[in-house]
Amino acid sequence: MDTLGIVNLSRRDFLKAGAGLTLGLAAPSVFAQAGPGRAGGKAVAAGAFEPNAFVRIGTDSRVTVVVKHLEMGQGTYTGLPTLVAEELDADWGQVIVQPAPADASRYNNLFWGPAQGTGGSTAIANSWEQLRKAGATARAMLVAAAAQRWRVEPGAITVSRGTVLHKASGRKASFGQLAADAAKQLVPAEVKLKDPKSFVYIGKRVPRPDSRAKSTGTAIFTQDVKLPGMLTAVVAHPPRFGARVKSFDAAKAKAVKGVTDVVAIPQGVAVLAGDFWTAKSGRDALLIAWDETGAFKLGSAGILAEYQKLAATLGLSARRDGDVARALAGAAKTLEAAYEFPYLAHAAMEPMNCVVKLGANACEVWNGEQLQTVDQAAVASVVGLKPEQVSLNMLYAGGSFGRRANPRSDYLVEAAAIAKAINGRAPVKLVWTREDDMQAGYYRPLNYHVIKAGLDAQGRITAWHQRIVGQSILAGTAFESALVKNGIDVTSVEGASTLPYAIPNLGVELHSPKMGVPVQWWRSVGSTHTAFSTETFLDEIAAATGKDPYELRRTLLAKHLRHKGVLELAAQRAGWGKPLAQAAGAQRGRGIAVHESFNTFVAQVAEVTVVEGRLKVDRVVCAVDCGVAVNPSVIRAQMESGIAFGLTAALHGAITLKDGVVEQSNFHDYPPLRMNEMPRIDVHIVASSEKPSGVGEPATPVIAPAVANAVFAATGKRVRSLPIRL
Amino acid sequence: MIIPLQVNGQQTQVDADPNTPLLWVLRDHLNLTGTKYGCGMALCGACTVHIDGAPTRSCSTRVTDTAGKLITTIEGLGSDNVGKAVQDAWIALDVPQCGYCQSGQIMSAAALLAANKNPNDADIDAAMTGVVCRCGTYNAIRAAIKRAAKALA
Repeated sequence: MDTLGIVNLSRRDFLKAGAGLTLGLAAPSVFAQAGPGRAGGKAVAAGAFEPNAFVRIGTDSRVTVVVKHLEMGQGTYTGLPTLVAEELDADWGQVIVQPAPADASRYNNLFWGPAQGTGGSTAIANSWEQLRKAGATARAMLVAAAAQRWRVEPGAITVSRGTVLHKASGRKASFGQLAADAAKQLVPAEVKLKDPKSFVYIGKRVPRPDSRAKSTGTAIFTQDVKLPGMLTAVVAHPPRFGARVKSFDAAKAKAVKGVTDVVAIPQGVAVLAGDFWTAKSGRDALLIAWDETGAFKLGSAGILAEYQKLAATLGLSARRDGDVARALAGAAKTLEAAYEFPYLAHAAMEPMNCVVKLGANACEVWNGEQLQTVDQAAVASVVGLKPEQVSLNMLYAGGSFGRRANPRSDYLVEAAAIAKAINGRAPVKLVWTREDDMQAGYYRPLNYHVIKAGLDAQGRITAWHQRIVGQSILAGTAFESALVKNGIDVTSVEGASTLPYAIPNLGVELHSPKMGVPVQWWRSVGSTHTAFSTETFLDEIAAATGKDPYELRRTLLAKHLRHKGVLELAAQRAGWGKPLAQAAGAQRGRGIAVHESFNTFVAQVAEVTVVEGRLKVDRVVCAVDCGVAVNPSVIRAQMESGIAFGLTAALHGAITLKDGVVEQSNFHDYPPLRMNEMPRIDVHIVASSEKPSGVGEPATPVIAPAVANAVFAATGKRVRSLPIRL
Repeated sequence: MIIPLQVNGQQTQVDADPNTPLLWVLRDHLNLTGTKYGCGMALCGACTVHIDGAPTRSCSTRVTDTAGKLITTIEGLGSDNVGKAVQDAWIALDVPQCGYCQSGQIMSAAALLAANKNPNDADIDAAMTGVVCRCGTYNAIRAAIKRAAKALA
């Protein structure tokens, strides 16, 4: 599988694709969408079985796997087809990937109810049975077709690497030779899935299907879409959140040769031209007066000061075990620490962008599409159509880290507003500059935590009280009803409210102040801050009670075997307890941290060197338990990726505001981790037969506390504010 | 203004403002979209191309300054044996994740190997530190450069 065609579903008619076997793949037009029990694929008896919309086998033996999740680097175009190929017994080389259209009736995320989208490290986890069954069903129908043709028992037929074989007679056939007859078979009511011992692909490396296109410049991202007559739009946004256009003078923008339109939209003023540079030159020439009546004008320091005041007051309870107040009052010793976390931008390499083609009764969108159902509704409401009249073409995303799953569909809505403002005269590609992307908001929220612990005379932890102050990501979004319970946004407290340590009296409280800075999930969401405060505070307790940080964790995790498993594996492989080689003039240290997010367990040991206040992370040993390791190579890559992303935030990351204006604009003042800062990383995967869980996010939150704890081991300095400043 | 250009071994010309960055001429005028926009300020390296063999940030190079010079983009790199070896190593090791920065990474790596057949880690750091990857593929990139060097030896 060395090429990956991006097929535009809305322009391709599956029903004309030949006499192939199509399982539940209906007419692709979004105006005639199939639903459960009424799929258009001819192999599916009407209403008899749940159709599956994921596999198509052509007479050329090509196996097309429709992938419902966004490929943004995490490897889902590899992992999901692997599940199908495994149960189908296809040859990996005959498998091609096709992105799914927006159709929540067939392509919903099974963990999200009726909504289609990618996030929360759910792609493999929610597809685990669905796609294996899709593959097994197709296999059973190929076998049935062969049995009928050869007049033999289906049980006497085997399938291996794309060949269907009747061993006794030596007869064999390719998938393509059987496809037409397989399409006439009944869809089996039940299929038997393989015993894991027979897996040929799951648990081994299969090559990524997108590597060649991404190494030769041929992979198509939204940024690369070009439609006939298309205009590129660059937008002037207000300098402060909540400001509006008061008036503008378009004369100088229109004087730029090639500028076709200057239009006001709710988000600002858009300048359009046949190419980006002309549009940007026009945008930069605009004169705009902003109405800042409703603008947000606080700075980061002012926000933090408000949070600190709030943290001194009672919050809503997110967890309450035992009697924390009493245990603290009776403690032989108490410890307290406060933690500060800045706003963070996602800063994906591909700045946000979106192509919209608006017609009278249809709107077609090209996007690194991560939140189909929400985006369809949002775009529809802007352009005055029904959600099902909005079709979405899911392209590769040049990173996302959560950003393209915007609950308010911000940049899609902006692109749709521009298309509407020119009455759909031409397809529009909205392109954000890096500065637009960095200053557009939707950041990981600024957070302030205070943790207090009570210890008994023997140094055991009797009480743990944590108060978290930070904006709710979910309040006011479509996700609020599902994920905000009794005023507690679970994404604000996850990782703290789920603290696994055996502590008899444990309380977690939350304040969710409203601030005018747009916030959003950022790779690993609540754990980005809760893992840091909890794992560094536990380290403080270990130091205060003279215990080894690893041994203390082991003791407290006796009943949490998967946490304990990764902790022990990381410690063992890192040589925990053995002296670290020291160098003259340098301070060196090791730190450990363990954390679960999205049901994946990760422990890391970081080794650092500090020379004259300069911190270098030398090596990271990472252990991960994500259940069945579908593709160890992709898992290793995602551990490295998550560590690099978390390390960027630990060492450099901060979006700050001054009087409401974002102070950072590009990679010079919001520096990413670079090659020379990348540590050596050793990844160890726990062998497991648990259902697989995701790997895109869970490595990210663990690295900052591991490094901070290593900094303490090296220098005796505690880090309680990110990014780390020594 | 009509500007003659030599891109990937072919003579061509574009009608563009002479101040237009080469990046946007490649992408919007010549449809060579493999070269990516990441920052517009020569901070991230996603737009790296070769100009007379030297790795150059096309986002900060005026198109008019490239007239008469040999421009190579990711689309033309495979016809060169060093470029092909680098691409083969990238594919063999599944280096890309999201892939958006990888054209810039590959162009930078190919320029390094053209000048230095056996780069050590410090050489790799020096050549590659200007090219940002938010997916954190740096260790895979390092391994792929070493693999390509071995293949070329």
